[in-house]
Amino acid sequence: MRPETETELAEMIRDASGPLRVRGGGTRAVGRSAGEVLETGAMSGIVLHEPGALTLVAKAGTPLAEIEAALEAEGQRLAFEPMDHRGLLGTDGAPTIGGVAAANVSGPRRVQAGACRDFMLGVRFVDGAGRVVSNGGRVMKNVTGYDLVKLMAGSWGTLGVMTEIAFKVLPKPAATATLVLAGLSPEEAVPVLSQALGSPFDVSGAAHLPEGPKGGPLTLVRIEGFADSVAYRGGRLSELFARHQPVVETDAARGAALWKAVRDVESFHGKPGDVWRISCTPSDAPALAARLGAEALVFDWGGGLIWALLPEGADARDRLGAGFRGHATAVRASGDLPTFQPEPAPVAALSAGLRARFDPKGLLNPGLMA
Amino acid sequence: MQMPEPDARVLSRKAEIVARLREVLPADAVIDDEAETRAYECDALTAYRCPPLCAVLPASTEEVSAVLTICHEEGVPVVPRGSGTSLAGGALPTADSVILGVARMNEVLETDYENRFIRVQTGRTNLSVTGAVEEEDFFYAPDPSSQLACAIAGNIAMNSGGAHCLKYGVTTNNLLGVTMVLMDGTVIELGGAHLDPGGLDLLGLVCGSEGQLGVVTEATLRILRKPEGARPVLIAFNSNEVAGECVSDIIKAGVLPVAIEFMDRPCIVACEAFAKAGYPDCEALLIVEVEGSEAEIAEQLGLITQIARRHDPVELREAQDADEAGRIWLGRKSAFGAMGQINDYMCLDGTIPVSALPQVLRRISELSREIGLEVANVFHAGDGNMHPLILFNANQPGELEKCEALGAEILKLCVEVGGCLTGEHGVGIEKRDLMSVQYAPADLEAQMAVKDVFDPGWLLNPAKVFPLAVSEARRAVAAE
Repeated sequence: MRPETETELAEMIRDASGPLRVRGGGTRAVGRSAGEVLETGAMSGIVLHEPGALTLVAKAGTPLAEIEAALEAEGQRLAFEPMDHRGLLGTDGAPTIGGVAAANVSGPRRVQAGACRDFMLGVRFVDGAGRVVSNGGRVMKNVTGYDLVKLMAGSWGTLGVMTEIAFKVLPKPAATATLVLAGLSPEEAVPVLSQALGSPFDVSGAAHLPEGPKGGPLTLVRIEGFADSVAYRGGRLSELFARHQPVVETDAARGAALWKAVRDVESFHGKPGDVWRISCTPSDAPALAARLGAEALVFDWGGGLIWALLPEGADARDRLGAGFRGHATAVRASGDLPTFQPEPAPVAALSAGLRARFDPKGLLNPGLMA
Repeated sequence: MQMPEPDARVLSRKAEIVARLREVLPADAVIDDEAETRAYECDALTAYRCPPLCAVLPASTEEVSAVLTICHEEGVPVVPRGSGTSLAGGALPTADSVILGVARMNEVLETDYENRFIRVQTGRTNLSVTGAVEEEDFFYAPDPSSQLACAIAGNIAMNSGGAHCLKYGVTTNNLLGVTMVLMDGTVIELGGAHLDPGGLDLLGLVCGSEGQLGVVTEATLRILRKPEGARPVLIAFNSNEVAGECVSDIIKAGVLPVAIEFMDRPCIVACEAFAKAGYPDCEALLIVEVEGSEAEIAEQLGLITQIARRHDPVELREAQDADEAGRIWLGRKSAFGAMGQINDYMCLDGTIPVSALPQVLRRISELSREIGLEVANVFHAGDGNMHPLILFNANQPGELEKCEALGAEILKLCVEVGGCLTGEHGVGIEKRDLMSVQYAPADLEAQMAVKDVFDPGWLLNPAKVFPLAVSEARRAVAAE
């Protein structure tokens, strides 16, 4: 199924008798789902871009590349820096903006600017009963009624199929610099990142690669803005971390390559095993990582996000232990463990209740989230 | 503004209900004396008042749970209340409802600078959250004008914003986790000190749900390190249109000020008379504030003044020191007080796309003339969140109604140009009946389905947010 309009999509869902696998570009094949493929790619195109209002509205099937190009032309960007899952999941195809929203995909800048969900201003979607629903709008501040925009972000198509999304966009900075600290262990790196994020210097990326592009560990701190300001903050942060002899990378292409390596977890590409994504309290990260016994690790968000490569079938949640307060997602898994961290019973009941209301026939990606 | 008829069964059982509440709370935490319940008869939307059945002031999540369990069993509506500063009537009781005030829950539970969060009980005021972390040079970003008084509970219920959210976002962007009690007394936790848990974003759903999904008792909030400094610049123009264009150009140029405030002539005149801030005589005034080190501030202000000069400002005043910065903000910060001196006023809160600013301001002044009430405009221009203040005399019969009619017209205009009814105050009862202007029946149905899941009996703050006629069937079933 490949509807071309929202109306056609609503009819298809109303007429559907069995499960549907909702798919944008098919690049984020996380978890298990069965059923007839429902593609959003024919509902495509930028509906509105008002640079002076920092707003962009696009149909859900619009290729991400098209949106990035339109923003680039106006010196703007999606500030949440959505990761590209293709290398990690071994998928191809073109990511769509709907897929980004449905999976609430963010990147390193999440720690400073916010997640995809924080930049979503409005949605239109068709729920599992074929009802067309609109929520939010295209203005930056909107508390009119319940925030179903947040509910749709990260719902992986299980509550409805998004057809149109409005985003807040931001200007691209004039300059970027990255402090590179070599040779630190996770136990040394996480406090450095925490100190950087707790500084007044508006750090927009804080990551640690135990295995950097050239093999050795790299700890990265990014600053962005006007040139003089970046130079000033880069200098202040270099003083702060002088004991680790930081090198400031100001070359745009080389800096971008480093952050892409973090964003897309490049050090895992092509390696066998299961990939887990762990959201945790940042200062817990080194101890949690030690408990995971992973074959490879990447730390982002100052330690608040751990990517772990585990042997096939290993249960990261089991290794993290009962006291773990956070969330572990099996992003690429071979076994039959639940994809998402199981929720406590009363919360699971609320989630199930919402699914029953929005998708009463259980058509949309059934079993993907629960 | 119509409110549902109180449930006679509940009214007749008042003594039994109060007695049951006294079993689970200290004696002074249950208020049923008629003179004392008057303190809870309204919030900051003072035009509407109704004393509740009783008010309770629990001191812990356990006590909140015990209260809700009883109210759930008794079928009593519950109206949660933070500090009662809602301008939308979010905490307005009905005669058959229990006001659940969180004021006694105001402790800081945990501060963690390493992980940049603070965990507080939600009765704590917004400003005192910043107060608790200030000595380490941290702050809590959302800064509603009422921040001295308003509680975090109310901020979460209304997803409050403030002047500085252009850069830092609103409550939902700074809320990491909550402990919340459902109407049946069940205690749940959503989120925590970690970011973006998987699963459905129930935390995002709860923020801004106006106390209709549960009572939030504890919150984990993101705290940020204070910038090294901040400085405003004041730019005066001879027309609203030009000021609007200047805002748009600043944003397009890639500067992201922490605040861009806009005042029109009626507002400038009133503030000047009240606060004597030394504002120039002009049609429109912008206050633009930037942050950073001295050098960074100079760089950003240089760019902003360069853009502003292209628009031929009447005056451009850069703060040279803290004193001058204080004077630039003085008039703006006293705007509401200044209006209160002149007259009664109603403060609207619609948001519009920034590009529609000149058009909307023109239409507002036309509507103001047609209806015969003056409107002063002061608002957060960077994000299009308008605050038209309609001046009226409450003692003159018919003026409140005229004011409400003008308010409704202005909000419809906001929706018409692609905006919304409320940017940061919430719907409450004030904009409840206008919801159908912005949302189609299916849109409202989807929102009400969420309440069905969290509060199947529709007992939590039931007469708010949705037009009464739209929610009637659900509330009727609940009353069975």
